[in-house]
Amino acid sequence: MATSSVAGDIELDRPNLEDYLPSDSLPQEFPRNLHLRDLLDISPVLTEAAGAIVDDSFTRCFKSNSPEPWNWNIYLFPLWCLGVVIRYGILFPLRGLTLLVGWLAFFAAFFPVHFLLKGQKMRSKIERKLVEMMCSVFVASWTGVIKYHGPRPSTRPHQVFVANHTSMIDFIILEQMTAFAVIMQKHPGWVGFIQKTILESVGCIWFNRNDLKDREVVAKKLRDHVQHPDSNPLLIFPEGTCVNNQYTVMFKKGAFELGCAVCPIAIKYNKIFVDAFWNSKKQSFTMHLVRLMTSWAVVCDVWYLEPQYLRDGETAIEFAERVRDMIAARAGLKKVPWDGYLKHNRPSPKHTEEKQRIFADSVLRRLEES
Amino acid sequence: MGSTSSMLTQYDIEEVQDHCDHAFSQQEIVSLYHRFCQLDRNGGGFVSAEEFMTVPEFAVNPLSQRLLRMLDGLNFKEFVAFLSAFSPRASLQQKIEFIFRVYDTDCNGKVAFDDILSILRDLTGSFMTEQQRQKVLIHVLEEAGYTKDSNFTLPDFMKILDNSDVKMEVEVPID
Repeated sequence: MATSSVAGDIELDRPNLEDYLPSDSLPQEFPRNLHLRDLLDISPVLTEAAGAIVDDSFTRCFKSNSPEPWNWNIYLFPLWCLGVVIRYGILFPLRGLTLLVGWLAFFAAFFPVHFLLKGQKMRSKIERKLVEMMCSVFVASWTGVIKYHGPRPSTRPHQVFVANHTSMIDFIILEQMTAFAVIMQKHPGWVGFIQKTILESVGCIWFNRNDLKDREVVAKKLRDHVQHPDSNPLLIFPEGTCVNNQYTVMFKKGAFELGCAVCPIAIKYNKIFVDAFWNSKKQSFTMHLVRLMTSWAVVCDVWYLEPQYLRDGETAIEFAERVRDMIAARAGLKKVPWDGYLKHNRPSPKHTEEKQRIFADSVLRRLEES
Repeated sequence: MGSTSSMLTQYDIEEVQDHCDHAFSQQEIVSLYHRFCQLDRNGGGFVSAEEFMTVPEFAVNPLSQRLLRMLDGLNFKEFVAFLSAFSPRASLQQKIEFIFRVYDTDCNGKVAFDDILSILRDLTGSFMTEQQRQKVLIHVLEEAGYTKDSNFTLPDFMKILDNSDVKMEVEVPID
């Protein structure tokens, strides 16, 4: 089972659009004779195409919302200017300083612990605490006002946490409460450096989303990690990409076939001061952080929801969809039947073929009738 | 990005409205303009085939490649004109004319057997054989009193599609 099926599993990890659509959304044609006008009338297909050109749910998922300007009159404008001066002139330097001190303290403690306490149990404990502390410093650097609801996750094996994904700061916000081991895309630059040197010590796993071989290795690592009694709780963002916190794209099913408890986490940002969506195509993560650090505050709710188990006769995809329902309902997100990886890749021809199959079936069926 | 809507003056909007036979209201044109700018990622003032294909819901459409030939490189006015056939205000005749244009790839005003067959090929892909497609097509043609060699003109299309329920309406979201 182990090695030979891994490659197949990875291929299956790409969910089918059809699996997500309710079956009654397929055209229910009552058979009647086929006439020339039925064949010539391609208006349904054209309407679908034009509808997608005018508006499509996929693009909406990744639209950043700029905050409503409120500085539009003579009374508000000076207030707004004052706000700018405070945010950029006072808050930002103070927050930068906080970060700097935090990093210095972190490194001063982390490296001695890392190299001197090699092989001791204490080491990983202290390292976890340090990572949690550093994340708190980050949250403080944007004056994070974060409300956690529900029981705080504890370290134990056989459970995996899944959350909706808006920005890499999701990870920071969750990490300051519990040292999760996260599965994440490899990043370049300073983020990559931190990933490699520090976060690996809390058991985080990195991969490259476009490298199939990488994904195989990750699938195996995931299974090992979940079984290991000492490892940190696993955190997965099954959407595989950042969404703007108003929609949710399909969940990759990998997290749902590990055979253990799945604990959903719903994260909802309040856009009152700043939009926390990281549009990685438009902005580097550093600029994203600067934007957060120059806003008044990042306001956010986190709900730890009831753990879920695979039901009898339920497939991993159905399970994933059930958990997505829970998160979407709690965080008030709209669900769309799209794979987030479409941001980087073209949709597979499977989707087109499915439409062709339905059409061909109806033509053939109606031809037999006549 | 926020200031782009104010760049459309009343004159601009009226000009676009004239160009599309007043198929869209002024608000709808503003919405379409936002959408156009969103699709036009590199800001060149036109939307390329590549950019249309970034919309997955469009890319999976069986007729997307064919429509791209009509869509590639449209500027805003042409973009609106293209969509005008889908407005609830467009007449049935305009809608049928649009369908005819999709069939008539060589723009000679005639649709031959092969044109219809090639659309049918796009729509059914590998799920019908070439023989099945030809058989189906010849069957319905003969039933309607035509032959394999008949050429269809726009009036023919009007006659054939007139009393069928051609429903081609797309709502422009206004926010």
